[in-house]
Amino acid sequence: MPAKNKHVITTEKLNLFYGDFQALRDIDLAVSSHRITAVIGPSGCGKSTLLRVFNRINDIVEGVRITGKVFHGSDDIYGPDADVDSIRKRIGMVFQRPNPFPLSVYENVVFGLRIHGRVDKSVLDGIVEESLKSVLLWEELKDRLNRSALNLSLEQKQRLCIARSVAVKPDIILLDEPCSTLDPMATLKIEELMVELKTKYTIIIVTHNMQQAARVSDDTGFMLLGDLVEFGKTSQIFTSPKEKMTEDYITGRFG
Amino acid sequence: MMRRLGKIRDYAIEKMIFISGIAAIIFVILIFSFLVREGGSFFGEYDLKNFILGHFWYPASDPPRFGILPLIMGSLVIVLGAGILAVPLGVMAALYISEVAPKGLKDLLKAGVEMLAAIPSVVVGFVGMVTLVPFIKTAFNIPTGLTALSGCIMLAFMAMPTIVSISEDAINAVPWNYKEGALALGATKWQIMYRIILPAAAPGIIAAVMLGIGRVIGETMAVMMVTGNAAVIPSGFLEPVRTLTATIAAEMGETVRGSSHYKSLFAIGAVLFVITFIINFIADTYLHKNKEQ
Repeated sequence: MPAKNKHVITTEKLNLFYGDFQALRDIDLAVSSHRITAVIGPSGCGKSTLLRVFNRINDIVEGVRITGKVFHGSDDIYGPDADVDSIRKRIGMVFQRPNPFPLSVYENVVFGLRIHGRVDKSVLDGIVEESLKSVLLWEELKDRLNRSALNLSLEQKQRLCIARSVAVKPDIILLDEPCSTLDPMATLKIEELMVELKTKYTIIIVTHNMQQAARVSDDTGFMLLGDLVEFGKTSQIFTSPKEKMTEDYITGRFG
Repeated sequence: MMRRLGKIRDYAIEKMIFISGIAAIIFVILIFSFLVREGGSFFGEYDLKNFILGHFWYPASDPPRFGILPLIMGSLVIVLGAGILAVPLGVMAALYISEVAPKGLKDLLKAGVEMLAAIPSVVVGFVGMVTLVPFIKTAFNIPTGLTALSGCIMLAFMAMPTIVSISEDAINAVPWNYKEGALALGATKWQIMYRIILPAAAPGIIAAVMLGIGRVIGETMAVMMVTGNAAVIPSGFLEPVRTLTATIAAEMGETVRGSSHYKSLFAIGAVLFVITFIINFIADTYLHKNKEQ
């Protein structure tokens, strides 16, 4: 296991443009390993965009342009030798709306393994059990592995999507507002799961829900209009923010 | 007074729209009952089994023989060959247009596919006759280029637009977040296409293929011009064949109204009607499946 507090994601003077519109401005950020880092801010502040920089899924947006540097460990993610598919394998992502594939539960979990060439049945079986156990779905679904994933409840779907990311054994899991379509009970369960998962993975979560950030995260970054206004320990950000804007936002004066 | 006129106008317009609305169904019923009447009486004179399974189509000999097996086989060979050519080509073209092609090229290709659909079948047949037929004759060194293969190739062209445009709709209807999910796991473009997009769009693609095949079976003019029209059970793609449709078109003009020959052509029409009805029914079922997803 890597040493704690090692920085797994580092950005240096990161700028991102959608055509003429600048969505991220000079972001300098260092995300520590085996912690939950939350990025908060009002809609349109660039927090999802920032998250999508880390696994290069922004690449498919037309007219996107990036300056500055982003490192995963010591690898330059946007460097000339970067292998996008392998970056995405090491940095998993869970989306706002649960998006299981129209396949069976089993095939959903092993999808990432199959595309990366692992097809040994006994290995896959083991990983399915392990991954579903890690998201606490195994007991519920072990007899329904061959049923379509589309018939699960929303919360189960989101857990399955997390299991799908976990199955390829990434270093980092990016969560893009993972609870925004879930009810409060399901949200609570997913939050408990995140805390559980941080022993094995580094988690970065984008959320517009400040309470959620306060409940689960160790570090918090506050973004506004493409700037990273403040970044620090969650306890510090929520109790004694250094910036006036941060205080105004977390006390609900705007947002 | 004005208000009453208004009401009458409303009433008239409503009825007119109603009649237009049900006209399609009325036409289907009329055509079907006509086929049943004219074709049905044929089976009073000729055995159904000998009709469907008979090996010889000699309507003018004495006694006449009305075996349509060679014609059914002819149509089948054409459908099979055109399908083998048009289905992979059409589905891959649809994948290319909706998933790979850059914006400008995409629009150009879509317009091209629509243009292909707009070419009258007699023109397709004519072009095939003067270019493809002689080419096949010399390429395979056979006595005539008027073969099943020529028909398959020309009809593959005609089925392509249907297959491409309906498959493309089905592929576009695959939710974006499936693709995003696969991408986030490190899938390549090709892996996303064949592991996610094709299975998810499968019902729509099957419907597209069925409608394309329906077009091939019903096609008459082009196929009549390039296939040689010999009513013999074909043993390969390099022989002349005659389809059900070409038989009706070629012989209807020379039959005596009310004769057995005349009625037998209607019976062929009824067989065609049943085949296309089944194909359309299957296509429709899959189209609905696609929408439900």
